[in-house]
Amino acid sequence: MKKHTLGKFVLYRLMKLVTLLVALCIVTFVLLELSPIDPVTAYVGADTKVSAQQRELIAKHWGLNKRPAERFWAWFSSVVQGDWGTSMIYRRPVLEVIGEKFVSSIVLMMTAWVLSGIFGFFLGILSGVMEGSWLDRAARVYCHILISTPTFWLGIVFVMLFSVKLGWFPVALSVPIGVIQSEVTLWDKVQHILLPALTLSILSVANICMHTREKVCEVMHSEYVLFAKARGESRGSIIRHHVIRNVSLPAITLQFLSFSELFGGAVFVEQVFSYPGLGQATVQAGLKGDAPLLMGIVMISLLFVYTGNFIADLLYVWIDPRMKEG
Amino acid sequence: MKREPILKIENLELSFSQYIQGLKKRELTVITNLDLELAEGEILAVVGSSGSGKSLLAHAILGILPYNARTRGKILYKGKVLSQREKERLRGQEIVLVPQSVNYLDPLLQVEQQIGISLQNKTKEQKEKMNNEILHRYGLDLAVKQYYPFQLSGGMARKVLLATALTSSAKVIIADEPTPGLDDESLGEVLKDFRNLSDSGKAILMITHDIQAALKIADKIAIFYAGATLELAAGIDFAHGGQGLRHPYTKALCRALPGEDFEAIEGRQPLPSELPQGCLFSDRCQLCTEECTRQRPDYRMIRGGKARCIHAT
Amino acid sequence: MRKKYTLFALGIRKKTIFSTGLFLLLFVWVMAAGIFIAEDALMVDLEQTFSKPGMDHLFGSDWVGRDMLLRTLKGLSISMRIGLLSSLISAAVAVLFGIIGPVFGGAADRCISWLIDFVLSVPHTIIIILISLACGGGLKGIVVGIACTHWTSLTRVIRAEVLQILHVEYTQLSRRFGKSKWYIAKEHMFPHIVPQLVVGVVLVFPHAILHEASITFLGFGLPAHEPAIGVILSESMKYLTSGKWWLAFFPGLCLVLLSLMVDKIGNNLEKLWNPNTAHD
Repeated sequence: MKKHTLGKFVLYRLMKLVTLLVALCIVTFVLLELSPIDPVTAYVGADTKVSAQQRELIAKHWGLNKRPAERFWAWFSSVVQGDWGTSMIYRRPVLEVIGEKFVSSIVLMMTAWVLSGIFGFFLGILSGVMEGSWLDRAARVYCHILISTPTFWLGIVFVMLFSVKLGWFPVALSVPIGVIQSEVTLWDKVQHILLPALTLSILSVANICMHTREKVCEVMHSEYVLFAKARGESRGSIIRHHVIRNVSLPAITLQFLSFSELFGGAVFVEQVFSYPGLGQATVQAGLKGDAPLLMGIVMISLLFVYTGNFIADLLYVWIDPRMKEG
Repeated sequence: MKREPILKIENLELSFSQYIQGLKKRELTVITNLDLELAEGEILAVVGSSGSGKSLLAHAILGILPYNARTRGKILYKGKVLSQREKERLRGQEIVLVPQSVNYLDPLLQVEQQIGISLQNKTKEQKEKMNNEILHRYGLDLAVKQYYPFQLSGGMARKVLLATALTSSAKVIIADEPTPGLDDESLGEVLKDFRNLSDSGKAILMITHDIQAALKIADKIAIFYAGATLELAAGIDFAHGGQGLRHPYTKALCRALPGEDFEAIEGRQPLPSELPQGCLFSDRCQLCTEECTRQRPDYRMIRGGKARCIHAT
Repeated sequence: MRKKYTLFALGIRKKTIFSTGLFLLLFVWVMAAGIFIAEDALMVDLEQTFSKPGMDHLFGSDWVGRDMLLRTLKGLSISMRIGLLSSLISAAVAVLFGIIGPVFGGAADRCISWLIDFVLSVPHTIIIILISLACGGGLKGIVVGIACTHWTSLTRVIRAEVLQILHVEYTQLSRRFGKSKWYIAKEHMFPHIVPQLVVGVVLVFPHAILHEASITFLGFGLPAHEPAIGVILSESMKYLTSGKWWLAFFPGLCLVLLSLMVDKIGNNLEKLWNPNTAHD
């Protein structure tokens, strides 16, 4: 890989990211501007003792009486400078809230991501290698059903089955209630994250499995596998040397491209399992009209998804010998 | 005394079941009557036009046909009928294939590894040495070892494909179109290699559309037309305007060669779906009589060769 | 392997047509049933609260004794209407963008590609939540939200199709005869795009209803007094720990079956129109 092409590629992607982020800022601002949410009410919340005068003061303090364009510019320039405002429901700086929630979400998402990646990949390989067998058919039916299953419903069913009925897992929250933070053991954490992560991963399996299967079938019907057979390579050797080699990169890439669905899924899983992450914060911010937090989350979600896409592209350029030259 | 053939194919027929428009099933016969014999130390060229299903012959011998293919007839190796299991045991060991295009190389393996697969039982040093040797022999730079298939030029790819087979200790080499893409010098080199290999006792089956390349080295030439071997001739039979040839098609083919009258034959080969009921060449043959259109002629011994024609002498 | 092919030969076409017809019938039936279930059928019956699934109530009953089967049917019917509406809107957007891009080319095409990237770079759930907030929630919010996020894949399909047609000779011929771009679009492209479009709409539909239910479940979609499937499932969360499994299980299962069914219709139609891909 010539250095300057890689540099150019990174630069191009960064510029695109900037255009997307700016556009997203504008779109989000406009959408929230259109919404009937009153930021003052959102801030004041249920506190009815606040007088009209005080409300006006708050509005003035935030510059709510200015024109939208001015407000957007004020908000946008402070965002660029790293000040993302204050979350109204958490009464803390948005970046701080997001940082904290993101850490807890990323643990959930990455666990699910790795689980689904590994399981989906191997199921896809098995299914593709044994094309037409009962296992292949079963895997395809399984994936088909998964694609049509809403995440939150699967979460509900899992809670009902594994937590309530069988009692294998705790019902909710990422840590036990009533236990001091420092006393939470790793096992507690694992126990609380396992079921949500499993729910999230099971649905992502379908995508990676189906794509891997298709790619495996393609490789198995390729002329180079035919030649490998002609050279007396065994089935196992063909799978190890040719199939896995040729299928891995597309699979890993696809897995990085799935960050969007992962984030979306996390919103539902966190809601069902009351897992205190970014997804739950999104729902809370939306329901309670916490505009600064919501805007922050929207931008973080774009960064997250874009990072996944970027890594996927980079992997191709970086690893695939065919891309290195071109 | 005639040597016992190491590979013998008797009356091979190969067909595919296919689905055509309207989701109807049909049987498509690609190879109709194929007979050949290959002895140790001998080069036999099967010559037929491109896309006529010659490669399938190689695939049939190696047992790598697609699942919807069906074969009839016999393939014998050392006098014994080859079962699928036997084919699987022999391929890569005693019978090797030189594939026809770079698509037969794993796109993510470097040349070194591609050749290395044939050298499974060797130590690392031995592999390295043989790799270097063979690249050197074909005038390829040692840097080529690190190349991926997409980086190979047509000629380089051809040489690498050959290298995968030539390093093995197989008794039978089936080379599927081994010549396209080579410049004259390399072509000479490759053909010389084939000659050397066969002189050292290997049997070589060369499947090609390039009759001139075949004439340069082959001991015998089988003419493949519309899925059948129409004639088996010695290379010498093509000399002097093809005087020694037997089948009208081969004669016409010979006349069409550059350096001869360069006279093309009218019409084209029938497609597998429109084969004539009688002699496969009957629709284009000047000697065609009513009897020719009635049934397929037998493969007869004529003057040391064979021909599938009732008029051949 | 070969067996698969013989089965295939046993009139897969007839089987496909039959099952598609059956599914379509079922689809219409559920939709109609939902509409015709009168409000008083969902009467509060305090003597039959939380009854388990049985002969009286196949899907059980809820905390005020309403029959869950009827509620589910009603909910599905609402979801289906929303799904239909939003798939049609996103199809319209897809047709517009998919044709404008290649026909006008240049900047227009780049803009549309950028727009697709933009929509794909934010999780759909987040976009729908935002749009739903902007519209003040309710039916409008959810329909606009789903329509805004589901046009991308179909746009790509149509764009590719249009590009291909643009390169075919007769369009180039008619361009030389001085026909306007709109004439080309209308006369040459629509006939080719229609089958793709129908399949596209049918295949977007399951996503649309799943998203509708999901967003409503979160509380951004239809208001809590609507008998939507998302609302039913959201309510069931309250009784999650008390073992009232039927409140969530059956409505969700029906939703899954419905979306599977529509997915199957879409795939069948695709097979019937384009038998080349029918081998799978």
